[in-house]
Amino acid sequence: MKKINTKSLKVRNLKIKKFHIDEDIRNFYNGIFIDLGEMILFTGKVIKQFFQPPFEHKEIVKQGFLIGNKSLSLVSVTGFIMGLVLTMQMYPILSDFGAQTLLPGVIAIAMVRELGPVITGLICAGKISSGIGAEIAAMTVTEQIDAMEVSGTKPLGFVVATRVLAATIVVPILVIFADALSLLGAFLAINAFEYMSGTLFINSAFGMLGFIDLIPATIKTVFFGFFIGLIGCYKGYNANKGTESVGYAANSAVVSSSLTVFVIDLIFVLIINIL
Amino acid sequence: MEKEEVIVIKDLYKFFSDKPILRGISLTLHRGENLGIMGKSGIGKSVLAKCIVRLIEPDGGEIKVLGTDILQCNDNELNEIRKKVGYLFQGGALYDSMSVRENLLFPIRRTQFVDKKREAEELIETSLRSVGLLEAIDKMPSELSGGMKKRIALARTLILRPEIILYDEPTTGLDAVTSGEISELIIKIREEYNTSSIIITHDTKCAKMATDNIKIMDDGVFIAEGTYDELSHSKEKEIRDYFI
Repeated sequence: MKKINTKSLKVRNLKIKKFHIDEDIRNFYNGIFIDLGEMILFTGKVIKQFFQPPFEHKEIVKQGFLIGNKSLSLVSVTGFIMGLVLTMQMYPILSDFGAQTLLPGVIAIAMVRELGPVITGLICAGKISSGIGAEIAAMTVTEQIDAMEVSGTKPLGFVVATRVLAATIVVPILVIFADALSLLGAFLAINAFEYMSGTLFINSAFGMLGFIDLIPATIKTVFFGFFIGLIGCYKGYNANKGTESVGYAANSAVVSSSLTVFVIDLIFVLIINIL
Repeated sequence: MEKEEVIVIKDLYKFFSDKPILRGISLTLHRGENLGIMGKSGIGKSVLAKCIVRLIEPDGGEIKVLGTDILQCNDNELNEIRKKVGYLFQGGALYDSMSVRENLLFPIRRTQFVDKKREAEELIETSLRSVGLLEAIDKMPSELSGGMKKRIALARTLILRPEIILYDEPTTGLDAVTSGEISELIIKIREEYNTSSIIITHDTKCAKMATDNIKIMDDGVFIAEGTYDELSHSKEKEIRDYFI
């Protein structure tokens, strides 16, 4: 047996301080800017994975189905009710001015331009981002992500890139679905007040909608989807060890992605107004 | 003739906040050797193993794995090294959304270890046969016991034919009989696959059965090293206490 002399090792403790610079900075800036910087680096790594083989088509389809399936019923009901409620609130006001025939167009513009994307985005932030955050955090806590790392299988490509891509594709589809159902809700609500044929409703609704309403709104939802998926993955991927971090990751994913939905919306409105 | 060194660690340091976890750790693992690392809980044994595959970034020192300085290599080089180093996690870390077959297929497919599906299937069956659990091939991880999970995780580790395996407490949480079986499996795997291993454990039975040499760790440094017999019959009570 060889007894190791540990006294000589104590001298090395003097060197400890220099390794703590980054942790001191982290504490000093309260983590906000560091977190943002890490998020940007993470985004770069994820985007890089989109173009690196092996490409996980099957996993993207599977995640897309799971994400869409999970949110479809909630998005449908919310969209339908939004159309219904908006019409019931606006009908008496417009009918005072004899402008009730404008109602389908007004509802269509409000839903397609703003309410449909933002409300669906918020629902997806709640359902998708939290789900992804909790799932990946659980994988992190149980060392499944580490197990992928050590076998050289690039978990960023398989776990993260697939979910981000799936959310980017699925969220715009959900928004289109919510918009369509909100128009259905509006049509039923108008008919509760007075008869309006389907053809007249559609002509009136789409007569007031232009490409200027549709294209930015759709592009916006692609960004919503990307960031909802990305934030969920980032929060889950960087979860601490311990079961409480699963809840924290889910919660923090919802808060951050909801806020991001509003920020992206604001940026798009500003850009459109400038153009 | 001296055996080839497969892992060489010099002056390894790691700190968490202000607390030093590893304080100048040095060790050498030779080809074909099973090196045990023992010590109390929370003194940095797993941190050391994770530093070896850079799951945790060390704050100072040098780690050479199969001749490559892993602290200096880029992501692609690191991935290549990682494929040659198997890691058995404490809890097994099976992917719980995948069946046993998919768990084993995943690293093959992602690293493009073999091209043909048939070859991949053969590899999966051989690995499962090595751990004696071929019948569990279509089960989900939730249907497996703790011992079975560890065995399947070991089969998954073996699938990429690693030269080195890091066992992080392979028998923790298992009954005495299953622990014995896992220890026997570690010996069998070394013979069958010609691996070199670092076995982190507090299980004295596992240390006795599966290791050639043992290092005892305390407060971030190794305080003693030797064979199981030398250490368990040490004159110092402090060392003997690890083997009670």
